[in-house]
Amino acid sequence: MKIVGKNESECILCGTCESICSEHYFKEDNREKSRIQVSEIDEDPGVDINVCNQCGDCIDACPVLALSRAKSGIVILNRKKCISCFNCVGACPTDSMFFREDEDNPYKCIACARCTKECPTEAIFMEEAEL
Amino acid sequence: MTLSVENVRTSRKVLAEMEYTPAGIDKGYSGKSLYVNLSEGKIEPKTVTREMKDIFTGGKGFGLWYLWQAVTPKTKWNDPENEIVISAGPIGGITQYPGSGKSLVVTLSPTTNSIMDSNVGGYFGPYLKFSGWDALELQGKSAKDVVLYIDGDTGKVTLEEIELETGASHLVSEILTEAFAESEEDKKHISVVSTGSGADNTLIGLLNFSWYDPRRKAVRMKQAGRGGIGTVFRDKKLKALVVRFSGLTGKNNNPVDFGKIQKAGVKIHKEINNFDDVQCRMRQAGTANLMTTMNDYDLLPVMNFQYGSHPEGKKISTEVFISKFTQNIYDGCWYGCSMSCCKAVDDFELKTGPFKGEKVVVDGPEYENAAALGSNWGIFDPDFIIEANFYCDTYGIDTISTGTMMAFIMECYENGIIDKEITGGLELNFGNQEAAMELLHQMGQGRGFGKIAGLAIRRMKEFFVKEYGADPDFLQDIGMEAKGLEYSEYLSKESLAQQGGFGLANKGPQHDEAWLIFMDMVNNQIPTFEDKAEALHYFPMFRTWFGLQGLCKLPWNDIEPEGNKQLEEANKVPEHVQNYVDIFNGVTGKNIDKEELIRQSERVYNFQRVFNLRMGFGKREHDKVPYRSQGPVTVKEYESRAERYDGQLKELGYDPESMSTEEKVKVMRQHREEMYEKLMDAVYLRRGWTNDGVPKLETLKALGIDFPEVVEVVKNHL
Repeated sequence: MKIVGKNESECILCGTCESICSEHYFKEDNREKSRIQVSEIDEDPGVDINVCNQCGDCIDACPVLALSRAKSGIVILNRKKCISCFNCVGACPTDSMFFREDEDNPYKCIACARCTKECPTEAIFMEEAEL
Repeated sequence: MTLSVENVRTSRKVLAEMEYTPAGIDKGYSGKSLYVNLSEGKIEPKTVTREMKDIFTGGKGFGLWYLWQAVTPKTKWNDPENEIVISAGPIGGITQYPGSGKSLVVTLSPTTNSIMDSNVGGYFGPYLKFSGWDALELQGKSAKDVVLYIDGDTGKVTLEEIELETGASHLVSEILTEAFAESEEDKKHISVVSTGSGADNTLIGLLNFSWYDPRRKAVRMKQAGRGGIGTVFRDKKLKALVVRFSGLTGKNNNPVDFGKIQKAGVKIHKEINNFDDVQCRMRQAGTANLMTTMNDYDLLPVMNFQYGSHPEGKKISTEVFISKFTQNIYDGCWYGCSMSCCKAVDDFELKTGPFKGEKVVVDGPEYENAAALGSNWGIFDPDFIIEANFYCDTYGIDTISTGTMMAFIMECYENGIIDKEITGGLELNFGNQEAAMELLHQMGQGRGFGKIAGLAIRRMKEFFVKEYGADPDFLQDIGMEAKGLEYSEYLSKESLAQQGGFGLANKGPQHDEAWLIFMDMVNNQIPTFEDKAEALHYFPMFRTWFGLQGLCKLPWNDIEPEGNKQLEEANKVPEHVQNYVDIFNGVTGKNIDKEELIRQSERVYNFQRVFNLRMGFGKREHDKVPYRSQGPVTVKEYESRAERYDGQLKELGYDPESMSTEEKVKVMRQHREEMYEKLMDAVYLRRGWTNDGVPKLETLKALGIDFPEVVEVVKNHL
């Protein structure tokens, strides 16, 4: 499957990926609502890019089977089934399942590749990963 | 007529009905309760008043208040006016915090003749509320077996006759789920409350509350086990309750501050994900995680609570049950429970009884069941325990009472108080699996000696004395019941605080009020009477709160946040207490703090004590306990822990070397019984009760529950 890969040492913290993501999925330019989260950290290389690696641990945690793998292998949330328990947020080993007070459902990267196309430094890119 | 979905659907005959517009939920309450009179076929709504919410909060509080109004001091458990009340509480049904889907059940018990309450998982309570009802009152007695159906989708309640010719609760749950669901996807919208033939044939009947497990594609059941609530259910000729609600979201409670609840929920979900594997392992073993610890710490009841461990205990260790439970699967009995402790054994092939040879899903065994149906009978075979667990549930009999009661029978048998002739050929020695399983089937089916066993310990003691000339004092010492309820499965004899935790509990010796053994015996954190009394005030009050809200106790302290152990009040798990304050405020919009949380409980707890008093109980004499729960009854028991007991006698100024074991047993007993009396003095003082265990008027006034009918009851005892 194709997932979003990352090379944090190339990231310049421009926020383009976050803007594109939030605009596409939430129709607003709000980096806090992005499904990829970029932040400055003290440790090398100074940047953390938090994006889902599609490991699927969240699937087992969902009580209503709202999380599943699409044919592509990507983990997707069926929002019609979701009952807002946020178990998946707790179960995510990389903290890449996000939530906000003003959103009923959690949200995550579904590897749509929009952000990778616009990244000016190729800090994020699409890469092949095994299921 | 055979039991099939088609037959159930076509045999439905409506006896009474009521259409309604489901009340929208506002801040955790629908503001309405549903009253059903089974004698008259009457179904009507009631208004939940603001005073009810302010004084009784919800859940068990509502149950007690409705029951208080329904009965008189003369009412017995099988009188028509007795009620079964089911209520979820204001927090009940939120999906963001683990353990938030509990139903609280209240009735007059056939074994204690007083107030019984039980806290149970499954979907019924939340679905009942979201269907528009904060509580359900079931009063009267039907002439024929009936099913009550609450359709929260269309707004209709019907009392129906349905052909359900089975005494197996798991089949009743399955068949009604199938019959009322329109598709596989629809099954999760149904919850069934039912019991089995054991509830017709014993006084320890339970209620099974169902939930649908979409991964196993199986109907699962959780139990309102204690005190014979299922027996009351069948006495009313109720076969089942069915609720349907298909509109579940994360916001059905219409909470005031969703973000506050969400934040607390995500925080504890992460704690569970990060620490459960190195703390309690609830997700792997459920409460059976305690099996190894209890055996190691000499706390596992073995052979009717005589001993606390056994070399064969390793055969029923935590690891053994982990190997039996299906792993890495969501096992929450309500949506969103990340603790996920409702473990199951899949594809278990039964070896005995009416379902011999069938493969079934067995819920549990939980710790209590494994100890009750295993070590306490001197049986250390996990497959036997799983089978006994399945049959207790489907017959609808309480695993804890069955366990403790059977252990009592076995000790009576070993002491020659009863024999093969009396038991109908069953050699009920400790460890006899075949005889124990046969007696369980006899209880479930109302046959043979099972009819005597099903009376439970208090009545059996009277029966054995009257019919077989048994020594009443010895039976009082070894019969592990108090207030008429069988003890749950922890050895309390080396922890004075836990003796009080059991003995002073409002409904009888169940550990849901206080579990202080480690704090007291192992860690020595509450050495003085005042310390123990404070613990026996705070913890029962704090734990009562779960029953007011529709919550489970387990996520409170079966997972701890990082750094909790270093805190001064680590036993209270302060961060989680704050979570509870936050989610209550988040749902209701109120602004309580941790002190008001305790006051909410104190109102209900003291009301329950007064209610016991009203029914002829609830005083010091009723808080007495069997000596087996306090210390070694027999020489053999003393000698099994001689070093420990001799050491204690030396500390008391005795010279054990110069005494016979009989003498040592006697002086040990005298000392321990005195300690328990002093403990009662200290606890009553702390709780604001008289030395006879009666809540003082100033206590009732301070709590705002000094209404005339309460004062009227109390003043006769002051």
